[in-house]
Amino acid sequence: MQSTVWFITLACVALLAAVFYYVISNSKTPEEYPPIQKKWYSFRGKWFLFLAGLWVVVTFATLMPFPIAPQAQAYSGDGYQVVDVSGHQWYWTMSTDTVVAGKPVAFQVTGADVNHGLGIYDEDLTLVAQVQAMPGYTNKLIYTFDEPGKYRILCLEYCGLAHHAMIAELNVEAAS
Amino acid sequence: MSTTTLSGTVSYSEAENQGALVAVKTHLIVGILVFLLMMLAGAVMRAAQGNMFTISPDLFYQFMTVHGAGMVGTAGIASTGVLWYFLRQYVQLSTKIFWINFGIFLTGVVLILGSIFLGKYGGAWTFLYPLPGISLGAWSAGAAAAFLLGLLVIGTGFLILYLDVGRAILARYGSFGRALGLPQLFGKEPVDTSHPPTVVAGTMVLIVNFLGIAAGAVVLVMMLVNLYNPEFKPDALLIKNLIYFFGHVFINATIYASVTAVYELLPRYTGRPWKTSKVFYAAWLAIVFMVMAVYPHHLMMDFAMPPWALIVGQVLSYGSGVPVMVVTGYGALMIVYRSGIQWNTTTKLLFLSMFGWAAGVIPAIIDAMVTVNRVFHNTLWVPGHFHFYLLLGLLPMIFGFAYHLLGEAKEGGTTMADRLGFYSFLGGGLLLAFTFLASGASSIPRRWAVHMDEWIPMAHWGTLAAILVVLGVLLFTWRALTALPRAPEPS
Repeated sequence: MQSTVWFITLACVALLAAVFYYVISNSKTPEEYPPIQKKWYSFRGKWFLFLAGLWVVVTFATLMPFPIAPQAQAYSGDGYQVVDVSGHQWYWTMSTDTVVAGKPVAFQVTGADVNHGLGIYDEDLTLVAQVQAMPGYTNKLIYTFDEPGKYRILCLEYCGLAHHAMIAELNVEAAS
Repeated sequence: MSTTTLSGTVSYSEAENQGALVAVKTHLIVGILVFLLMMLAGAVMRAAQGNMFTISPDLFYQFMTVHGAGMVGTAGIASTGVLWYFLRQYVQLSTKIFWINFGIFLTGVVLILGSIFLGKYGGAWTFLYPLPGISLGAWSAGAAAAFLLGLLVIGTGFLILYLDVGRAILARYGSFGRALGLPQLFGKEPVDTSHPPTVVAGTMVLIVNFLGIAAGAVVLVMMLVNLYNPEFKPDALLIKNLIYFFGHVFINATIYASVTAVYELLPRYTGRPWKTSKVFYAAWLAIVFMVMAVYPHHLMMDFAMPPWALIVGQVLSYGSGVPVMVVTGYGALMIVYRSGIQWNTTTKLLFLSMFGWAAGVIPAIIDAMVTVNRVFHNTLWVPGHFHFYLLLGLLPMIFGFAYHLLGEAKEGGTTMADRLGFYSFLGGGLLLAFTFLASGASSIPRRWAVHMDEWIPMAHWGTLAAILVVLGVLLFTWRALTALPRAPEPS
């Protein structure tokens, strides 16, 4: 996900930079404005239609199905492993620090004092999922670990002076 | 700021024009100086993250708080200077009230600086409830109250100014709808291509910022009450909604206010008019609503939010980029293309601002997709996107306007220092934005005083970038301090 987004961004910014460079390199020699207006206002309509079409495609492609699990649903039982997580200044409490790979984990996350952010990092320090930990609310994050290993829980919402030290470990074991 | 008369509604004496010019220059000079100081704070933070500089975490978070609040507030006051300068040519504005807002702003700044550096407040500009009141002894309730009160005071000053702007627009155009060009858009009146883009932009800024600041005032008062009466416990999610509504509107409005410099000045340097049209009015009408409704993209990791609100956040985040890509940025490209433009620091900065704004929108709208946000939210991708369109979009509008005002075109052209400043700023700004974005793509969290060993090389690149930016802005500042105070009104 991260590398895909990074390369899409680089490609789009590079394309935009090329357009600006083209205009700069064609800026010194003056020409009559009306023909330029006629040609490029016409192109603007097509450009708008392209962006609008892309808007529709991206919206449906990324929101169906809706990528956040239903929050009203109960996730206990055989189908899920449940981890109740609470963020405190400046540590995490978890009902268990061990889960198995291949079976969905329901993280039920709250903030005991202030806002925190539960960020789950794999052994390569790549962020795989996150959710806010907010006082008065329990957010349910459903995530299935594909790979066993030692994951880390980092705080991703600024919560005071030891925000950066708020780290816990989560062991993901291979399914038996 | 020569004497202007439009249908007998706008008329200033020479003394009023001189007074207004001094006021605008003061806004700009103070703004540029504070930008420079805040950039130094940013460079220190990046150096600290790269272990090149040792500061304690509490001081780091104080720097982070002053950097965030200071940049947003200064962007507000400097962009108001830009908008006010151009808008007063079309509607009758009060210089006295302009100064009153400036004085109130400085009062708020003193309160905020006192809260941070005397009271040790380090709750970030976001002041997310209930962190300001729960610091585990790092700062007192009084320090938090001074910070919140400082923001409240600043907001009050802006509201007073907007009341004057609203009065002036209504006196000239009769309604905000007419000022936005709506009767022309919907065919009730013939299209008048000479209707000033600045009036349209100024009206949009007035509407959204009045509501944004009002929401901010509500939340600040609620949090002040909570600080001294902890029995009063507002809902944390409601507070977060109000804070991000206020914050998103306010910072976005700075760009929409400053873009008036592009609308007003690029035509002067290209000899091509920036005419309003139905497309222009439609884009700005859409922005009025989108800027206010788009903020839920800040809350996509708050799963307790209603799904419809998050969908609105994603859809409108994309939508709010469209007017930039189709109207303003596109219009700037057309107006420059084969125009014979006179390239100097003013025009280079104004044209750069269009690139920075449009390019910065790209990582912003990608991050505002729920499925992307779950691995990019609160990583350094986020400061990456807003540094892109604020550092390389907003600030070049303000700096470009300052160069125009100091009379660069009349002085005999661009100096070597100007060129060095521009390219140092451009190179540093691009490196800084891309380093933040690459850091975010590498999952490095934001707002961490101490970085893990794996992340330190990125902080080194960020520090180098910040130094280049500071060098460029130092040269801009030198020019602003030496040439701007005595510069006559540019014709």
